[in-house]
Amino acid sequence: MVKDIIYSIKSPYRQSMDIVGYTFGAGERSCCVVGALRGNEIQQMAICAQLVDTLKRLEENGCVIPGKSIMIIPCANTYSMNIGKRFWTMDNTDINRMFPGYDQGETTQRIADGLFKSIRDYVYGIQMASFYREGEFLPHIKVMDTDYGKLETYESLSDFGLPYGLLRTPHPYDTTTLNYNWQVWGCRAYSLFSTYTDHIGKQSMQTAVNAALRFLIAKGILKWTLHRGMHTRILNEESIRTVKAARAGMLKKHVSVGDEVAEGDLLCEIIHPLEGNTIGRIMSPVDGTVFFAYNKQLVMEHTDVFNIVPFSNV
Amino acid sequence: MIKPVSVAALPVAENFVIQKNRIENNAGPEAASKRVCVVTGTHGDELEGQYVCARLAKILSDGKQKLSGIVDIYPAVNPLGIDSVTRGFPMFDLDMNRIFPGSSSGSLAEVAAHDIIRDIDGADMCIDIHSSNIFLREVPQVRVSEQNEGALLPFAMMLNVDLVWIHASATVLESTLAHTLNMRGVKTLVVEMGVGMRITESYCSQLLDGILNILRELGIWSGAGGQTRTPLVSKDRNVGFLNSDAGGIFIPRAAHGSHVNTGDSVGIVIDPFTGAIVEETLAPCSGLLFTLREYPVVFGGSLLARIMEDVKNG
Repeated sequence: MVKDIIYSIKSPYRQSMDIVGYTFGAGERSCCVVGALRGNEIQQMAICAQLVDTLKRLEENGCVIPGKSIMIIPCANTYSMNIGKRFWTMDNTDINRMFPGYDQGETTQRIADGLFKSIRDYVYGIQMASFYREGEFLPHIKVMDTDYGKLETYESLSDFGLPYGLLRTPHPYDTTTLNYNWQVWGCRAYSLFSTYTDHIGKQSMQTAVNAALRFLIAKGILKWTLHRGMHTRILNEESIRTVKAARAGMLKKHVSVGDEVAEGDLLCEIIHPLEGNTIGRIMSPVDGTVFFAYNKQLVMEHTDVFNIVPFSNV
Repeated sequence: MIKPVSVAALPVAENFVIQKNRIENNAGPEAASKRVCVVTGTHGDELEGQYVCARLAKILSDGKQKLSGIVDIYPAVNPLGIDSVTRGFPMFDLDMNRIFPGSSSGSLAEVAAHDIIRDIDGADMCIDIHSSNIFLREVPQVRVSEQNEGALLPFAMMLNVDLVWIHASATVLESTLAHTLNMRGVKTLVVEMGVGMRITESYCSQLLDGILNILRELGIWSGAGGQTRTPLVSKDRNVGFLNSDAGGIFIPRAAHGSHVNTGDSVGIVIDPFTGAIVEETLAPCSGLLFTLREYPVVFGGSLLARIMEDVKNG
């Protein structure tokens, strides 16, 4: 294992922020895994840390295929991580909305530029991602539906052995993300969503670690034995049914992520926040699996409280 | 008349409400009616537009007999942000000015964006007032994308600003309020001026004159117009960007809005422990110092200033 500082910046009063990359093997830049770009992506950092620990042992045992190399970057935003802030410490900008970056630009543009120059030439890229909505997901792998090498990228979704593989049609705001720019640069890029963001789920962390290792094995980068994981159901993100709160109040959930529900099943109640009575009930619009569940106690009107993958679409 | 534009329930005993003030002369000729919208407060820390809206509302209401169209004033399209000194839309990760045109089936922020577009749709003109952020002070300026230059530049010239900056189009900007409206045929001018969390009365008065000029030009307002200064137009000029390479405390050495010559000191970055100058920022070209850093603490990459270069003779 080689430990490198791939980018560093200074602040007036804090120690410099060093972005550290851990490289295993040598030769072709085969796969890069990036963890936390935001300061609350603790699970994403932990997954990468676990990968570093595992790959260290695997490399010592000769499991990295000769001529291949893997880089793991557990955290590219230690400054925000250390003060418990999701976005950049000073100006609240999001590093994952700054790619491909600009070396003469603002601080987060420079961080994105420094990071991207170090990782853009990899054959495969995996970002341990979190979503902008608060909630818990079933583990899944996602690719942007762009024109850049889409067929091979799509076919490889099942190599992770996760239950779902999603194709996302990019919105304009996606065009400055790491995943999108990796694809533009010719890298086969994936976003791996684990269940949590700001706390560590032991089981979901291991699921994500195994998914990444399984992918490395499938691509001939790592030689090791690991069970094949789950059958991957590949679907367009649009085919997932969103269930919204028509009323605002306190959320009383009756189902959790991963539960199978039938059309008409009670998913949650909305409770009056001052008087305690039920003011709304949300039923499942379809037979399916609960893919996403909002995890805050209070809901605004229009909040996306559940996503359900219909059985009939998979 | 104050009218709701978007309403949704918040969790505890409150509605989220975006409002506008519709000022019209009901006695005016119906056929002559045109509509102009003045929008501000997309970012909750940008307050310059508050004073512009307030004064415009007073002038038009007091002189309603001189009005022959409709002026809709939206002083706070992100009311929760303004009320809580928050740049973004509280409890929503994405920049509100990156989610237009919104969606009637989206989250609360997306529904609000959809409602705003629906409400403004069909107007003859929209003026979208921003005020930089807390870090940078800007001279009054209009920003126009290259693709809209033909339609918007004549109106931008009437707005009594110091500068018209015609910039390249970017995919990520396709989700702004201005881009969305321009694509729908509502001529929309983006104004940037002043600094976040403050009101610069002279700039507000300057822009107010310009808005009255446009209302007169469109035949909506027969009252007094205002001064019309001739702005610099960025066409055929370069913009010099000055970013800090060091971390420290920035002390400006040139006056905002002044003309600087190549090599002039724009400011220094000092080490707060020793007082040593760690960086001196020199003007890379001669021109108008239209952006100057307001917030003293800087990281490597922090934007310190921008200069609109003079037109070269010959």
